[in-house]
Amino acid sequence: MSAERETAIRLHNLTVAYDRHPAVHHVSGTLKTGSLTAIAGPNGAGKSTLLKAIVGELKPAEGRIEHTLGRTEIGYLPQAAEINRRFPIDVLDTVLLGAWKVSGAFGSVSRAATATAREALQTVGLEGFEKRPIGSLSAGQFQRVLFARLLLQDARVILLDEPFTAIDARTTRDLLEIVANWHGEGRTVVAVLHDFDQVRSHFPETLLIARELIGWGPTSEVMAPENLLRARAMAERFDENAEICEPAA
Amino acid sequence: MSAYDIFFAPMVDYGFMRRALVACLCLALGSGPIGVFLMMRRMSLMGDALSHAVLPGAAIGYLIAGSLSLTAMGLGGLVAGMSVALLSGAVSRATVLSEDASFASFYLASLALGVLIVSLRGSNIDLLHVLFGTILAIDAPALYQIGAITSLTLVVLAVIYRPLVAECFDPGFLRAVGGRGPFYHVAFLLMVVLNLVASFQALGTLMAVGLMMLPAAIAQLWARNLPSMLLVAVGSALVSGYFGLIASYHLEIASGPTIIMTAAIIYGISIFIAPSGIARRYFPRPHLKG
Repeated sequence: MSAERETAIRLHNLTVAYDRHPAVHHVSGTLKTGSLTAIAGPNGAGKSTLLKAIVGELKPAEGRIEHTLGRTEIGYLPQAAEINRRFPIDVLDTVLLGAWKVSGAFGSVSRAATATAREALQTVGLEGFEKRPIGSLSAGQFQRVLFARLLLQDARVILLDEPFTAIDARTTRDLLEIVANWHGEGRTVVAVLHDFDQVRSHFPETLLIARELIGWGPTSEVMAPENLLRARAMAERFDENAEICEPAA
Repeated sequence: MSAYDIFFAPMVDYGFMRRALVACLCLALGSGPIGVFLMMRRMSLMGDALSHAVLPGAAIGYLIAGSLSLTAMGLGGLVAGMSVALLSGAVSRATVLSEDASFASFYLASLALGVLIVSLRGSNIDLLHVLFGTILAIDAPALYQIGAITSLTLVVLAVIYRPLVAECFDPGFLRAVGGRGPFYHVAFLLMVVLNLVASFQALGTLMAVGLMMLPAAIAQLWARNLPSMLLVAVGSALVSGYFGLIASYHLEIASGPTIIMTAAIIYGISIFIAPSGIARRYFPRPHLKG
């Protein structure tokens, strides 16, 4: 395989800032195609910011992100989705939004897509929930619905922002199984996680960040105690009077 | 008085009643669904603000074309309404003001300007016409205009239904798949303003939103999914239009307000007896086994 095809996304000296204060600071590295990567780090370390920059919601203050993926080839599950949970839409229609790559804004939803959506609901353990309004679902059930939509999206790169926060053990186990299947199908999966045991047991690669990159590589190496200590020390250091960061020579 | 005399004779005997009825049916078909989407976007009061914002444009159209020319007033209203909608959106994006704050500022300025223009050149009668509408004076050209706006609204809503639902329900998803959310938002606002322009001839700028928001609220009390909400909204707007006209004819009271009052009465009853209303909350049915 050529180097190009092995790389899903490449970060070049990426800095993303809020009001000029960097949340992600001079991060470079390569996300390999087909890799299963956890993003770990303390609160305020820039984990979600990094994902938002990759999907294009935030513009880099410096550096750049390189990939050749179309908008519909990246599946993105935000941490706090701006979803209106009181919107009168049922589970099946929500999942069918995932067929956007095929249906687009105006195309019809094929019978095949509907069948795939039903299968996806079966996969996430929500068989028989098709006609339920989304407002009647629990947090865990709703997260399963969003995973079903991701299944339908059939994206080559899948970015999950804290997908298991406030989700019970059984649902987490089921959803982790889906993540493992995506990995098995050769998709590139990245998940922001807080549970270090989860990271160690399910994710071969880890990106440890505390605004600056602490480590990016095999989980066992990156999650070494000295790295974790460094990450904790660098967390939440917000300097009101910080000086301008001069570009590296 | 037989049922025929009460329910059919007014329409059979008088052309102005028939035209008023057709106008109401058109408004119901267009404004009902628009109102449901406005409510779903939590913009219920924006519709009200926009209906006032239409006034200066309508007034300028009236000054230029004179004698309540509906096309000129409609065009003016459309321009004024869209300007206020787009300017408020732009200001809220460029400053710290939230969208409702900038909306409030712009529509008040617009309303004041409108009343000023009317009072400069027109009479108080004209102002009353613009504020309260003259549904019984609707002529054929006005009907064509209302009908055209309704047809366009239904076609546009059918075409942009999926992206509009996605934009209301999960704007983040629409952005992530590269759907042009702001484009559909503006297209939707255009439909809102067009429908306000259609109804202000009939109901006046003060009550133009009446056939939008009341049916939408009724729909939310009765229905649980979007398609049935749209149907309930259209249905209740149709019923309000028809019975409002009949009641105003027999009781010899103003038609526009009677139509809105009919919708308000349906709303009031729905608050109590609808599935999502008060009765179910305070007198719940026994819970199920699973």
